[in-house]
Amino acid sequence: METLIQAAYLIAAALFILGLKQMSSPVTARRGILWAGAGMVLATLATFMSPQILDSDQVSVNIGLIIIAIALGGGYAWYSGKKVAMTDMPQMIAMYNGMGGGAAAAIAAVELIKASNEAAHDVTGSSTVADMLGADVAVLGILGAIIGTISFSGSIIAWAKLDGRLNRSKLLPMQHVINALLAIVTLGFGVAIYFTNSLDTIIIFYLLALVLGVFITVPVGGADMPVIISLFNALTGLAVGFEGYVLGNAAMIIAGIVVGSAGSLLTQLMAKAMNRSVANVFFAGVGTDAAAVSSDGSEGVMKEIQAQDAGILMSFASQVVIIPGYGMAVAQAQHKIWELTQILTEKGVNVKFAIHPVAGRMPGHMNVLLAEAGVPYDMIYDMEDINADFKNTTVALVIGANDVVNPSAKSDSTSPLFGMPILDAIDSDNVIVIKRGRGTGFSGVENPLFFADNTKMLFGDGQKAASELIQAVKEL
Amino acid sequence: MIEGLAAIYIFMLAGFTGYEIISKVPVILHTPLMSGSNFVHGIVLVGAMVALGIAETTAQQAIGFIAVLLGAGNAVGGYVVTERMLEMFRPSDKKAKGEDS
Repeated sequence: METLIQAAYLIAAALFILGLKQMSSPVTARRGILWAGAGMVLATLATFMSPQILDSDQVSVNIGLIIIAIALGGGYAWYSGKKVAMTDMPQMIAMYNGMGGGAAAAIAAVELIKASNEAAHDVTGSSTVADMLGADVAVLGILGAIIGTISFSGSIIAWAKLDGRLNRSKLLPMQHVINALLAIVTLGFGVAIYFTNSLDTIIIFYLLALVLGVFITVPVGGADMPVIISLFNALTGLAVGFEGYVLGNAAMIIAGIVVGSAGSLLTQLMAKAMNRSVANVFFAGVGTDAAAVSSDGSEGVMKEIQAQDAGILMSFASQVVIIPGYGMAVAQAQHKIWELTQILTEKGVNVKFAIHPVAGRMPGHMNVLLAEAGVPYDMIYDMEDINADFKNTTVALVIGANDVVNPSAKSDSTSPLFGMPILDAIDSDNVIVIKRGRGTGFSGVENPLFFADNTKMLFGDGQKAASELIQAVKEL
Repeated sequence: MIEGLAAIYIFMLAGFTGYEIISKVPVILHTPLMSGSNFVHGIVLVGAMVALGIAETTAQQAIGFIAVLLGAGNAVGGYVVTERMLEMFRPSDKKAKGEDS
């Protein structure tokens, strides 16, 4: 039986890796998640046959509890996952990730409490947790516990912040110093668990780690949240891998470490796309430095355009590139934009979508939102692929985006955005910007593109402006 | 059981594998991929089941129960949202028939 279970775990691990591999191309991505899902079902079913569980004194009670817990946790997650709006996807991922971290931490808690209990009742009377578990298991178990707990409470804070339930970004003065001290004290208690058999030590250790996760996440700015979520995702993977070692479970080790390393790389890619270092995200807190600068004087005036004229311009264009930002999704204008795209395509206009790596609230989020509206992925272009093409573009239509098309990121070394790669919309013959008002973007930085000679502003709500454009184009 | 050097080999190879998988991913799939990898560490459910399965005291059962509850949430939720996102990605030839307007 043991061999069969191990074989099931091995197949599950292989399915996870192959599934993730297929998820790296839009053509096979759907199949990838199905494969990974099959692996998960296989591993879960095999675990019910585990002799560890079946040989327990309380086998019937425990199996009953397992089934109830799966039904409750899985049922809630199924319901919430089916219901969540695509715009709210980032915080939902944070939530599920936090649950995984919490599960890893709870596994460690069971093992540590068990070991401390056994050690306390050992004949010698002076045994420690490390004596019971062995040095390697104890160290990885405790490390997994601290990482998993931080990921748990941190992810919940990330969820609350993205969901608009928590707005403060400061708890205490000298937050970073306090965090560093707290981290040292928490690690100290971790070491103490290793050398003692005290239950109190374990409880204090977990409480400190919970607070540490909160303290780390609260100061992080909203724009940096995706990086933190991605980092917590990687950390949860690591914690799962470590607890897999504690339990001697190969599937957990492989899946956990694969996610840990993949997630670390993904975190770096995201931070790079946002022109921030991971350390910066942790220790600076965005906005504090960026918002203070800004407004180096807005040169020139914005030129307004009516939907009528914008429609004419686009109808007779050879190529239109649409640059959507999160503002478009907030206004729920993506369906209208897709309708506009279809009408323009029928008129023989070549329409493309250009997506900045950080459009939306997470890299790739905008692609999901466009896909939801029905835009096929082969009309959507990455920044590197489209930037050279703006020179051949008649109209660049910017909707709900701001900082990602701000040319001062290239030209003005004093700008807080300086160095961030941008979409070169300004190279097009005409730029039409759909915008609610005259204010600045997320970073609070003035955008010279709006004052450029070839730029016209179409003021109004995204959805309404898009409807007017459709009307204008249809009438021609 | 996996011990000593064998474990270090697994850690190392799994680490390289994860790095290799991600390094070729286009930006457009970053969000679904983060969600997908989030689903994969839902395998923690398996460990949580064992932790609850071997629990001896009520306290251990309580913590184990929380572990399974959270692990199941991670696995199921991660799957549902990833599948929902990836299902929407389609190339242009398909939509030509299906879309209205």
